[in-house]
Amino acid sequence: MINRALVIGAGIAGIQAALDIANSGHEVVLVERQPSIGGHMAQLSETFPTLDCSQCIMTPRTVEVGHHDNIKLYTYSEVEEITGGQGDFKVKIRRKASYVNWDLCTGCGVCQEKCPWKAPAEFDRGVGIRKAIYTLSPQAVPNKPVVNPEVCVRLKSMAEGGKLKCGACLKFCPINAIDFEQQETFVEEHVGAVVVATGYDLFPQMRLPEYGGGKIPDVIDALAFERLLAASGPTGGKVKRPSDGKEPKEIVFVQCSGSRDPEHGVPYCSKICCMYTAKQAILYRHRVHDGQPYVFYIDIRAGGKGYEEFINRAQEDEGVVYLRGKVSKIYRDGDKVMVWGSDTLSGRKVEIAADLVILSLAALPAEGTSEVQRSLGLDADKNGFYISADGELDPVSAGVPGVFIAGAGLGPKDIPETVAQASGAAAKVLTLFRQVG
Amino acid sequence: MGTPYFPGCTLSTKAKSFDVSGRAVAEALGMPLDELTDWQCCGATFPLSTDNSMALIAPARILIQAEQQGDPQTGTGKVATLCAICYNVLKRTNVALRERPEQLERINWFISTDTTTQGLTYHSKIEVVHFLEMLRDDLGWDALRQKVEEANGQNRVKGLKVAPYYGCLLLRPPDEMGLDDPEAPVILSDFLRALGAEPVEFAFQSECCGSYLAASKPDVPQALSNTIIEQAAQAGAQAIVTACPLCQYNLDKRAATARSTAKLPTLYFTQLLAIALGLSEEAWALDGHYIDPAPLFAVKSEI
Repeated sequence: MINRALVIGAGIAGIQAALDIANSGHEVVLVERQPSIGGHMAQLSETFPTLDCSQCIMTPRTVEVGHHDNIKLYTYSEVEEITGGQGDFKVKIRRKASYVNWDLCTGCGVCQEKCPWKAPAEFDRGVGIRKAIYTLSPQAVPNKPVVNPEVCVRLKSMAEGGKLKCGACLKFCPINAIDFEQQETFVEEHVGAVVVATGYDLFPQMRLPEYGGGKIPDVIDALAFERLLAASGPTGGKVKRPSDGKEPKEIVFVQCSGSRDPEHGVPYCSKICCMYTAKQAILYRHRVHDGQPYVFYIDIRAGGKGYEEFINRAQEDEGVVYLRGKVSKIYRDGDKVMVWGSDTLSGRKVEIAADLVILSLAALPAEGTSEVQRSLGLDADKNGFYISADGELDPVSAGVPGVFIAGAGLGPKDIPETVAQASGAAAKVLTLFRQVG
Repeated sequence: MGTPYFPGCTLSTKAKSFDVSGRAVAEALGMPLDELTDWQCCGATFPLSTDNSMALIAPARILIQAEQQGDPQTGTGKVATLCAICYNVLKRTNVALRERPEQLERINWFISTDTTTQGLTYHSKIEVVHFLEMLRDDLGWDALRQKVEEANGQNRVKGLKVAPYYGCLLLRPPDEMGLDDPEAPVILSDFLRALGAEPVEFAFQSECCGSYLAASKPDVPQALSNTIIEQAAQAGAQAIVTACPLCQYNLDKRAATARSTAKLPTLYFTQLLAIALGLSEEAWALDGHYIDPAPLFAVKSEI
């Protein structure tokens, strides 16, 4: 029995599991495909129902992971292959080329300042821009940049084989940490147990042509709106709509965009949208005092401590108008976004000329979930989420010995539940180490 | 021998131009349409209640006719339509009779014992196709583009900005119709591009025009059609193209009568195709429009 654990995914689930195992004195190999850790929680402005600043409550944990003696952190890396079984898994990890020597880099940020090439930032869901050399956020752990080969002109000129272009970062880096010759590398780790915490992604907007199919700039998803609300986001927390940068005065939230909708292949409830929508509507009201938020919903699902009260607060104290009905069509009309919906309580058709529309897109298993499933031999449900050994009494054990699962990879869930599952999975790993080792 | 063709009532009367242009282009493209020798109205609505067998008798008779006219050995074949409403009724009837053998048996009993159709039964061997579908699947857009390029004279459709308008019945319900995605259809845009025209996609491509309410509550299609025309005009369209006689009527009538509405002509896709192929003006069949589309196709000066 090798008393070391692999944790796949360093969102809040992976972070929690890694910290719990590491703090018990066992080594953890933590693998994250993004350049830095934190997952979706790092994108959030505030959390419900307490309205805590997400970055602020998370940073102590990300920093602890970054400095922990027992945690071997591989960011910008992916698990390529896992063989073996409980007690001795052999893990092949692919470290992508970052084109920066992270051993030398001090994270001073000069390269990002001097880089002249910009592209939409995925971390900001398209509402912000970033340089060709970037970190995900100013609070990134590790605070080491990577170069995007699709945007970097130097790398493109190298690929073309002609005259070398740009090289601003190369010139300005004070310790010569930029390395355009860097190649991806593979490392092998041996562990006794695995925690899978690969999380979720959002339903692609292009699959909702009735809502504009992603072609209307002022129809954005809820994670993009988090970035617009976030003090550390691209607008510094000012709500500005993407098309013209104006402050939107009438905004519409559309719940269940894609989810609870068998027609779109997502029959299940995404569970978090009712709550984060109420949160976003409240935060919007706090930033735009004369703004009016509307929420279209099927029904409100607010099961959780303090959740129902939070919805009541949005409806009664914060002036958020709730309309019970589905939205049938969203289209652009001049500088407005027209929303056609129904209010089934009054039995009327509703048409709103909105400045900004926010879609609560269905939560899907994260990209790469099926690859992890295959490499570990895990079971998946028809929606692509992992299945645990026993949904009632053993929710965090996978069907495969030595493998445990936590977080939204099992199905959509909020932060408290995710963290609880992660601690549960960590406890299972520790029990295993104790039993066998 | 051409494809068995069901014109339907409207194409024999109000929408004659759809029928005339349709047959002409089919002939010109070497895929002629053979009108069913004996046919009657399809019923014009598909019944919503599953036990309404009466409403399926009329379309079933048409399908039997097509079977008779198909391959005499096997009875297999197609029946082609131009009218989106007939297409909807026939295609859905065909699907229903395939999925509900008991109902097929009941209807076959009725038809085969009726004096005028004695002994005839339907064997579910016919495929109902729309002429647009034949252009896409049998001919192909590249071949169509080539035919247009090879046609004599100036292509008067080239560069014309046309809004593709589908309406409801061509696409819905998608599980049964299966022609294209009802929320993001492309078949008419692809068709327009093959013609050298410029498709102007807009948000109201598959919204309802108000349909039959033109007869009982005309204010409903007036309001709905108005939005469709205005959205197409705002998107920069010079004309609207459709495959449904009722859509054509509602849009054309509205554009002509409402003072505030953009004066966009609405054409059948077959008319645009006849013009692009440089067929005779009889084949264009541009008479019978409230908004005259002819000025759009006046021969442009060569200077």
